[in-house]
Amino acid sequence: MKVMAQMSMVMNLDKCIGCHTCSVTCKQAWTNRSGTEYVWFNNVETRPGLGYPRTYQDQDTWQGGWVRTGRGKLKLRAGGRLKKLATIFANPKMPSIQDYYEPWTYEYDMLLSAPQGAHTPVARPRSLLTGKDMNIEWSANWDDNLAGSTATMQDDPILKHMSEHVAEELEQTFMFYLPRICEHCLNPSCVASCPSGAMYKRTEDGIVLVDQEACRGWRMCITGCPYKKVYFNHKTGKAEKCTLCYPRIEVGLPTVCSETCVGRLRYLGLVLYDADRVSEAAAVEDEHDLLAAQRAVFLDPNDPEVIAAARSEGIPEDWIDAAQASPIWRLINDYEVALPLHPEYRTLPMVWYIPPLSPVVDVVASSGNDGEDPRTLFAAISQLRIPLEYLAGLFTAGDTRPVEKVLRRLAAMRSYMRDVNLGNAPNEDAAGAVGMTGTQIEEMYRLLAIAKYQDRY
Amino acid sequence: MASEDALISLGRYLRRGEVSEDLRRLYLEGGRGGDSFYRDRWSHDKVVRSTHGVNCTGSCSWKVYVKDGIITWETQQTDYPSVGPDSPEYEPRGCPRGAAFSWYTYSPTRVRYPYVRGALLEAYRAARRQGNDPVEAWAELTADPVTADAYKRARGKGGLVRASWEEAAEIVAAAHVHTIRKYGPDRVAGFSPIPAMSMVSHGVGARFVQLLGGTMLSFYDWYADLPVASPQVFGDQTDVPESADWWNAAYLIMWGSNVPVTRTPDAHFMTEARYRGQKVVVVSPDYADNTKFADAWLAPQPGTDGALALAMGHVILREYLVDQRTERFERYLKQYSDSPFLVRLEPAPRSSAGSEHAGTYVPGKFLTAADLADDVLPGAADEANPHFKPVLLDSDGRPVVPNGTLGHRYGEADEGRWNLDLGDVDPALSIADAASVEPVEAATVALPRFDVVPGDPAGRPDGPGSPGGTGDLHTGGKGVVVRGVPVRRVGGHLVTTVFDLMLAQYGVARPGLPGEWPDGYDDPAPGTPAWQEEITGVPAAAAARIGREFAQNAVDSGGRSMIIMGAGTNHWFHSDTIYRAFLALTTMTGCQGVNGGGWAHYVGQEKCRPVTGWAQYAGGLDWVRPPRQMIGTAFWYLATDQWRYDGLPADTLASPLAPGTFAGRTTADTLVDSAQRGWMPSYPTFDRNPLDLADEARAAGRKPAEHVVDELKAGRLRFAVEDPDDPANFPRVLTVWRANILGSSGKGNEYFLKHLLGTDSAVFAEESAPDRRPRSMTWREEAPRGKLDLLVTMDFRMTSTTLFSDVVLPAATWYEKHDLSSTDMHPFVHAFNPAIDPPWQTRTDFAAFHAIARKISAMAVHHLGVRHDVVASPLAHDTPDEMAVPHGTLTDADVPFRERHLVPGSNLPKIVEVERDYPAFAARMSALGPLTEGAGMVTKGVSFSPGDEVRRLGEINGLVPDGPAAGRPRLDRDTHVCEAILALSGTTNGRLSVQGFEHLERRTGRPLADLARGEEGRRITFADVQARPTPVITSPEWSGSEHGGRRYSAFVVNVERLKPWHTLTGRQHFYLDHDWLVELGEQLPVYRPPLDLHRLFPDSPALRSGGSRTEQAGTTEAEVVVRYLTPHSKWSIHSEYQDNLFMLSLSRGGPNIWMSPADAARIGVVDNEWVEAVNRNGVVVARAVVSHRMPEGTVYMHHATDRTVDVPIAEASGLRGGIHNSLTRILLKPSHLAGGYAQLSYAFNYLGPTGNQRDEVTVVRRRSQEVRYS
Repeated sequence: MKVMAQMSMVMNLDKCIGCHTCSVTCKQAWTNRSGTEYVWFNNVETRPGLGYPRTYQDQDTWQGGWVRTGRGKLKLRAGGRLKKLATIFANPKMPSIQDYYEPWTYEYDMLLSAPQGAHTPVARPRSLLTGKDMNIEWSANWDDNLAGSTATMQDDPILKHMSEHVAEELEQTFMFYLPRICEHCLNPSCVASCPSGAMYKRTEDGIVLVDQEACRGWRMCITGCPYKKVYFNHKTGKAEKCTLCYPRIEVGLPTVCSETCVGRLRYLGLVLYDADRVSEAAAVEDEHDLLAAQRAVFLDPNDPEVIAAARSEGIPEDWIDAAQASPIWRLINDYEVALPLHPEYRTLPMVWYIPPLSPVVDVVASSGNDGEDPRTLFAAISQLRIPLEYLAGLFTAGDTRPVEKVLRRLAAMRSYMRDVNLGNAPNEDAAGAVGMTGTQIEEMYRLLAIAKYQDRY
Repeated sequence: MASEDALISLGRYLRRGEVSEDLRRLYLEGGRGGDSFYRDRWSHDKVVRSTHGVNCTGSCSWKVYVKDGIITWETQQTDYPSVGPDSPEYEPRGCPRGAAFSWYTYSPTRVRYPYVRGALLEAYRAARRQGNDPVEAWAELTADPVTADAYKRARGKGGLVRASWEEAAEIVAAAHVHTIRKYGPDRVAGFSPIPAMSMVSHGVGARFVQLLGGTMLSFYDWYADLPVASPQVFGDQTDVPESADWWNAAYLIMWGSNVPVTRTPDAHFMTEARYRGQKVVVVSPDYADNTKFADAWLAPQPGTDGALALAMGHVILREYLVDQRTERFERYLKQYSDSPFLVRLEPAPRSSAGSEHAGTYVPGKFLTAADLADDVLPGAADEANPHFKPVLLDSDGRPVVPNGTLGHRYGEADEGRWNLDLGDVDPALSIADAASVEPVEAATVALPRFDVVPGDPAGRPDGPGSPGGTGDLHTGGKGVVVRGVPVRRVGGHLVTTVFDLMLAQYGVARPGLPGEWPDGYDDPAPGTPAWQEEITGVPAAAAARIGREFAQNAVDSGGRSMIIMGAGTNHWFHSDTIYRAFLALTTMTGCQGVNGGGWAHYVGQEKCRPVTGWAQYAGGLDWVRPPRQMIGTAFWYLATDQWRYDGLPADTLASPLAPGTFAGRTTADTLVDSAQRGWMPSYPTFDRNPLDLADEARAAGRKPAEHVVDELKAGRLRFAVEDPDDPANFPRVLTVWRANILGSSGKGNEYFLKHLLGTDSAVFAEESAPDRRPRSMTWREEAPRGKLDLLVTMDFRMTSTTLFSDVVLPAATWYEKHDLSSTDMHPFVHAFNPAIDPPWQTRTDFAAFHAIARKISAMAVHHLGVRHDVVASPLAHDTPDEMAVPHGTLTDADVPFRERHLVPGSNLPKIVEVERDYPAFAARMSALGPLTEGAGMVTKGVSFSPGDEVRRLGEINGLVPDGPAAGRPRLDRDTHVCEAILALSGTTNGRLSVQGFEHLERRTGRPLADLARGEEGRRITFADVQARPTPVITSPEWSGSEHGGRRYSAFVVNVERLKPWHTLTGRQHFYLDHDWLVELGEQLPVYRPPLDLHRLFPDSPALRSGGSRTEQAGTTEAEVVVRYLTPHSKWSIHSEYQDNLFMLSLSRGGPNIWMSPADAARIGVVDNEWVEAVNRNGVVVARAVVSHRMPEGTVYMHHATDRTVDVPIAEASGLRGGIHNSLTRILLKPSHLAGGYAQLSYAFNYLGPTGNQRDEVTVVRRRSQEVRYS
């Protein structure tokens, strides 16, 4: 056992309002400068939708992450290191600026400086890359809130892989938001892709960084990252990425995106894991087993054996305390309501998500039974507006069972707490039906609903 | 393998690190030594607390980071005081728009210097060079038609040139002085909304305008955010729960309120409350953002929400108050609503209802003590204010005047009786409940309906199109339903109760009553779930289920059912009726005044918590009273000449059972009537300079009021509203700050450009034909253009308003000044603080107004001196004025104005003479005047005597050493004003709160002061709120209680302490009996569909019938007619932030119109193509966003889409495309103009015609994709 510590995040998508405050505060703090105009370390995408950069989840096209070889080993999907070395001067497989978006500004100064003329002055858009007038045809968040759904939605890589057809009809509409930062993976394919050794994972907290002095701009990391969360600064010629705000983390502050999240849906914390088991976990044969495999890599911070091993690795006492207090362990391993994003990329990502509940489909169109009555809710989970298969395509390599389990637990919590709210005797059966006790439900409720600052971070 | 791994192995040597055995992972010790690049970026010199004075209800506290004297970015503060251990906290309040604010500081749209329109500046300089002093120069250039025309035509076409502050301020000052002297101070106007968002910045300009004698324009009603239903039902402007109280709701309906977008900082309380088992229902025509969180989604046709609410009420009344009497609901209705009060039934008017309704009655006026003799109502003859003491029946059948009515509120006799203590009285909810020696009789009442196809007066449900059905081409026709109520005779009057009338109105049958009743929920007779389904498209069973659940939850949770209601349902012409139907739900289920229950209206409603101190300062009430405060909608309607295009016959809105008061009159005529009666304010008031009126009165030896009456009777003096196109009546100088009226709220934007400003516009409408012109207004053949001589705007960025302004003054941003902020969403007051000094030549609003004031004072010595001013003041709410019109009955409605017995304060505004010491103007601006302690302060009828506070302010701020304000507390710094506002309000000064409560205790005879006594010693200072958001003190200025750390919820004090509402009965009103409400048929909650604009205005395009789906696929048409809605945007707060590069990069980068795939296909438009939306009022150019979340037949252009960013030239006009309000126009609803009576009495931003804009329709076409910008 080699105990290491990983700073990790869980986002509760059931609380995300899609406001993008996280994107803006992150952008302001980190990438509001030339060369990174198009770069959003943190972005929020509407699902269904194409994401940023467009269709990044389609690894048939973008070749990110790992694949398992016939011999049960992992190799980079984009090709082994020899191939990389051989093609090092060729353009790597990476999205073009158009797949992100061409950043622009406006001729704002015309509003003040326009001479007397025939028309009201206006600020026209102008490319930040070419300096020329431009037509805006894509942005960092073009399909926000299903904008242009008829033109783009069916190209969503998740939808394309679903067996069920999702129609663009008002009555069938569903959407939710997926805020994304770097996953700070346990098995980062970007690091493995870097020919310069400039990318590394910090030993003490697992944060994945690009050494700005060592980066030679090969951009293999961009190809390697299946989440497309490494960016190329076209001014400095270096790769840049989310740093998990390490200058803040180091002094005990949450990341900017976490602290400024007005949905209060982000949790930060340390997780202890067994570094010796990472390769094995990432290489399990069945993609559906990746979730369990990764959970098994995590170490119970209250286990005396783990604590002893951690101490012997030189992990400081206060870090062990932090791991014990971490909400991440509880959400992932105790309550099992958080799931990883695209485990099938085999990078063992460390930003996990609680999938969103959603209303049942039929109320708009017909009279409907009360599918959301807590008593009948379990039966209705399969009729939720967001197809289980879609969520499974994001979080469980297509296996709907873990997603359904999470949603049932959230629903059970609502049912249980409604009785408490109304002063009735709480219904232990509701908790038992999802494999929890009433006490556990109430603890989970406090973490998810009351969610005080000190409990989130 | 080995060779493949060489690469990463090599990397090992570049830096000390550890590589995993399989060489896939490289671990490096980070530590403080590594990666200084990002650590350097995350460093700053200081963090300053400030906030955003933008017109949202956020009032979020922010950390502003400064490095090397430059603002770098901002993040939210997280140090709000705790909500308590069992609730989520407020932190971190803020949204992406606020997070993007610092971009403005150094952006290229920042106004850095003063600018003046070139053509004007040249003319002014030329006039000055000829030896004129500034005032003479201004007089000369504005009097010269060629010069004036030249600079007015140049408005909005570029050509702004830099000027010095000195010169720009001189021009502005000269324009004010000249206008006051020549035309009158009420021709000077100021517009700046929402004081709560920055009280000092608002207050300093308002004070400037008021001390000059100018006109401050209202905004809440003008924005259509004021729910007129609130004063109608509650007698209150709006009072709502804070967002943390959503957490306490067990059932939450978000109705036309897209909480994640419009209440971003607070939305988490909604998402989190679901985990407590709260059930969430969303009512929205599109898949709005909040639908994601809903347990149920109802999608009614836009604007039909009232029908849905009535049907839900039908179910609740049927199941919870008729089939069984839910004890809680019954008790609540008896004590806190007008339900048990008696209404007189009058014979149905023969003329309108026809013989068909012979023998039927219509609901008339409340029965009051004045209607009853002593033998019927013992002591009636001795009652004070008997006309304002409505009567109910005790359960033993005796008529009783309960405590707490309006009549108890004023006068010595009833001191201590203005309360809701029923004593031994057990009110009979229904006539049938009261003991009676005779068997209960029944009568049939005729009730209006407005949901039928025009021309089908009977409203037969089996007509060619079902009533009001979505498939009908036209809606809004009138009909009558006849239903029975139990009745009794009391003192010779045939009466029934409001509750009985409610059951009739809602179609809830009881055995033995005559009339037409629905057979059940499936019967589409008015009021039922099936009826609403035909109108709204919401399945009947769903409507019934949600209604039932709402009520059952109220039973189960003790009233914790809440409706968050928003602009989606509030910006309609008939929103007052929609909202009354909502409020009926929360009242009949006993949810109002309960934490976690009741209405939660969040539209433009920002609570200036320290309201009393702000009002003293902003109103200039410390020096001169009363202020001139004007209903904004009426001001703009007249000033922009939209009235010339309107001509809407008022009787098209009237009830089929109307007595006929509106016959032959337009809605504009009702405005004239309302102004003449003093129901609503009217500035400019007369067609004469009010300074001259004062001089004339003096010369004639008459009192000003007598003189005004003499002149009016003689026909020598007229109200300006009668002739708004007379140059004597133009508003001449307008100052706009903290606002963007021309890019945002200006309904009928193109009319502003055409008539108010006199520049190019895209008005396509024709003026009214002679048969539709207002009969009480003078029609001048030539419509004026360019009424305004000077438009001054202070802003930090370029907007449509600055683009069209004559003088643009560079303002400090919110990160560059001191100020105060509060909101209704949280109970805190907190501070703005300068992170940097105002850069370039920018100045705070405070500094700018004071600079202009000093110039005015200097010029005034010669040009104005000390004058007297005749102020006409409307009949005011929360004063005895509200007893001016007994029963709301007009006895002289048919008498021509000049032939009436004109009595100021009765059927004429109050006429008050005040002194204007213009040379002392600047000195008075910057000191607290003597009236504050001398005359006291009054808020909502509660008096405060702040002698101690004024003395203490003198110690804190210092005293003025000399000059006209010598010895008074100084207000010459923004921080002084912050201290004054905090010191003079009960919410921030415990002594005043207790004092106010003690005042109320005397009136009500109920204990109240204990709510604040524990905090009597607290004085919240500016330093306190700079340090941290500071919770306020429970105060009689508001109706809720924060006592003991509870969440603020409106009307808690009324319910728990039996303090009456400020209404006629002292209770919440279902029933309104003012003549004009009777005329409109809106005595009770009633469904009124969206205006059928094509029927009312033939030049408005016709919505197609619902059959469009049957058209052949693949055929495209040139254009489609759609409903045009302007909901609030995710990427802006009004027009603020929509020009912000971050927001533009995260959205579509410019103006958009959202439309359904079906509508887009119909005109052959694909996503992101350019389209034009055109109607009689103007044109907008935008790109289409095609999305299946949109319902067919409706498009959205987000509210306050300005014309500054990426707007091409429109094909339709050949001009720059317009703003979202280029397609709208002002329409007046007479019920908003009713006044002089109980809760229907005027108060600033409390009551007034709304600038509704939801009923508009437009043509949308695909335009050439080759756009040009010049």
